[in-house]
Amino acid sequence: MQTSLPASLLQTRAGLEADEILRSCVHCGFCNATCPTYQLTGNELDGPRGRIYLIKQVLEGHAPTEKTRLHLDRCLTCRACETTCPSGVDYHHLLDTGRERVARDLQRPLLQRGLRFLLRQLLSRSRRFTPLVRTGQALRPLLPAALKARIPARQRLPHIEPRPHARRMLLLDGCVQPALAPQINHATIRLLDSLGIQTIVPASSGCCGGLSHHLDAGDEARMFMRRNIDAWWPAIEDGAEAIVITASGCAPMVREYGRLLADDSACAGKAARVSELARDISEIVAGEASGSDLPGTAGGARVAFHSPCTLQHGQGITGVVEALLQQAGYTLVPVADAHLCCGSAGTYSILQADLATQLRDNKLAALQAGRPDIIATANIGCHAHLAGAAGVPVVHWIELLARLTGQQAK
Amino acid sequence: MADKPIIAVLLERLPERCVLHDAEDLRPYECDGLSAYRSMPLAVVIPENVEQARLALQLCAQHAVPVVARGAGTGLSGGALPLADGISLSMARFNRILDIDVANRVARVQPGVTNLSISTAAEPHGLYYAPDPSSQIACSIGGNVAENAGGVHCLKYGLTTHNIQALEILTMDGEHMTIGSAALDAPGFDLLALLTGSEGLLGVITEVTVKLLPRPETAQVVLAAFASVDAAGAAVTAVIASGIIPAGLELLDRPAIHAVEQFIDAGYPADATAILLCELDGSSVDVGVQIEHVNRVFRDAGATELKVSQNEAERQRFWAGRKSAFPAMGRLSPDYYCMDGTIPRKHLARVLNRIETLSDEYGLPICNVFHAGDGNLHPLILYDANRPGELERAEELGGLILETCVAVGGTITGEHGVGMEKINQMCVQFNTAELEQFHRVKDAFDPAGLLNPGKAIPTLHRCAEFGAMHVHEGQLPHPELERF
Repeated sequence: MQTSLPASLLQTRAGLEADEILRSCVHCGFCNATCPTYQLTGNELDGPRGRIYLIKQVLEGHAPTEKTRLHLDRCLTCRACETTCPSGVDYHHLLDTGRERVARDLQRPLLQRGLRFLLRQLLSRSRRFTPLVRTGQALRPLLPAALKARIPARQRLPHIEPRPHARRMLLLDGCVQPALAPQINHATIRLLDSLGIQTIVPASSGCCGGLSHHLDAGDEARMFMRRNIDAWWPAIEDGAEAIVITASGCAPMVREYGRLLADDSACAGKAARVSELARDISEIVAGEASGSDLPGTAGGARVAFHSPCTLQHGQGITGVVEALLQQAGYTLVPVADAHLCCGSAGTYSILQADLATQLRDNKLAALQAGRPDIIATANIGCHAHLAGAAGVPVVHWIELLARLTGQQAK
Repeated sequence: MADKPIIAVLLERLPERCVLHDAEDLRPYECDGLSAYRSMPLAVVIPENVEQARLALQLCAQHAVPVVARGAGTGLSGGALPLADGISLSMARFNRILDIDVANRVARVQPGVTNLSISTAAEPHGLYYAPDPSSQIACSIGGNVAENAGGVHCLKYGLTTHNIQALEILTMDGEHMTIGSAALDAPGFDLLALLTGSEGLLGVITEVTVKLLPRPETAQVVLAAFASVDAAGAAVTAVIASGIIPAGLELLDRPAIHAVEQFIDAGYPADATAILLCELDGSSVDVGVQIEHVNRVFRDAGATELKVSQNEAERQRFWAGRKSAFPAMGRLSPDYYCMDGTIPRKHLARVLNRIETLSDEYGLPICNVFHAGDGNLHPLILYDANRPGELERAEELGGLILETCVAVGGTITGEHGVGMEKINQMCVQFNTAELEQFHRVKDAFDPAGLLNPGKAIPTLHRCAEFGAMHVHEGQLPHPELERF
């Protein structure tokens, strides 16, 4: 595609990269076909091709307006378009640059800024978020239905002390997951233990930084990244094999640490190493578990698997979880439009509630069409978003596997 | 721009969300899949139902404002290129499949439904919609009808015109018409065929009844590698001459293979100069016999490697590579210009050689990915729009390629339509009397000339200007080429 970015911009790394990405787009429109928001509004501006155009206008020097921001905000960053694009357009990096530009040149109205600040302050800090959820859980019987749907019942889990093994892996604790679904990492620790792997969760690690990164707060995101790197580094030096991530939404972010901290001479090298070690839990289990570890004793319970965008598009992991579940004896029901986002997308479900609700309802209809006993997913965001309206229980797939290894141990 | 009377009227009568009129909103609509041609419309209207579409048309008719209908905006000839003094009517919200009638093997669909989703919806019934343009994941059926789209499988199953049964359209003044019927034939002129491929000049499609076919029992693809494009071209002629009609017969040359393999592991041999993909379908016995036959023909034609798809996944992979080939060119070059000429198959090798010569002369690389079986060429001219003058050189080169096609007895478009892109070459293809006749047909449907004016059929004035530059009376270019 023809571009005319100003020379001053082309002298920066971000500008050069954006120009290259823009030029790789041949405007074929394949991306619109798999874009969730384009399916809903039919507006070219709510599809990747139109958003690329909007970003191009801004980078070429047109002052952005609220309209451009609205359409960029409406992007879920699900990256289905990248999976579809034959030309290899690195859309999400262009989007990052575009959003940064718009944030710089056009201040958000006070109310939006306030809400975004509040979300960052609350959600990405588990010391604040967990007590809030606990309070909500205590008051749950008294809450109105709409709010109740957003707060899962409290899970009381027995404390487990990971047994020492020669093989060790770090486990990302995350921000909202320990409060909303502590059973996920609990199950992961047990399952990895049964595979002879000890998990380490340093107390000072926490949010991956993704939330801040996607809410125009790059400096804050880098602060979270550095904090995790510092927390993980001793264990990495001590031979930890991987950084295991059970929320597929966090994994692409940790894989980006090296890139996002490339200019930080103090920790660029460490950040790159951390990114190399980042693994989605599905990669670990698929790599480690042999047939006997997955005993196939699930008895054919019917599972609808919702592959989060961050798993299938963000990390390009497809069919891995599905194969593990089948191997374990679950029956997978077919799910139409499996490439489409459920509308959770980090804070999208709060900031773009209308579109998010339509996408969720469409997704649940597709997931429940095959009358599953249970819906399994791989990311806390999708998990909480879907559980709010699903007619069957929603779990992380690792819980389904851990249940079986638990049975086997008895 | 809200000061334009038509915009004020549209905003007054339609929901605000259905009318885009700020420059910022309009810019992304300035082109379709042919991004070299750009023009900003006055406004974009995105109706949500037929009533709104009718109202938009009536208001434009009253204000004498031209209307350009737009589907998915994937067209490659600029058919949906906006007009600076007109509105673009986007049919994207018409994206529902209304009915699948299994007993009669037809489906009623709205025009914004994608080509592929019709086959996906019909799949549980063992049926599919045969025409499959390579952009089928994204292109809309309304656009397919407007351009009379083809695809990989049109060699055996025909173009869009052979696979639809009825259309609902709105005329420019908002009158609703049903063209075609549930019956295969109808008395009177075949207006359905006339509407198909009319590029938005006669009416706006609001519903399409497509024919569905039963999925063949078996389909397998033979992949044959050749040491030269010539040899592959000769092999195509040999297969057709031997009496077999493959379901699809496609050619990709080395640069195309290279680009595709970066996107998807299609399984194409990396060292081949050209490959042919030949699909055979039908009963498993027939397919077995035909594969043997085709393998023999390819071997005799000098194939250096032969592979037969062993399962459905492999067959899909072979096609996935082919179908993503155009956009995958973005990996080789920032811009490409896709041509769409057809030629009699026996001239394949000769025309491909001529294209190569022209490519060298102009210093612009050309990739070939095309429907070899029906002689529908798609030379992709690679250029860089950021280099001044390169687009103009690419266009000139493209024009010469199309004139070469006409000179050997072919046509300037196989399936992408004329649109804005090949409007000048229409003057080469047709004489004055023929063009006047085309204009009379348009007048019959759209006397005010407001539907997509200036596309598909050139004005005589335009031809006179173009003719002065390119073709002198009675003297076709390339006299060295044999005439029919």
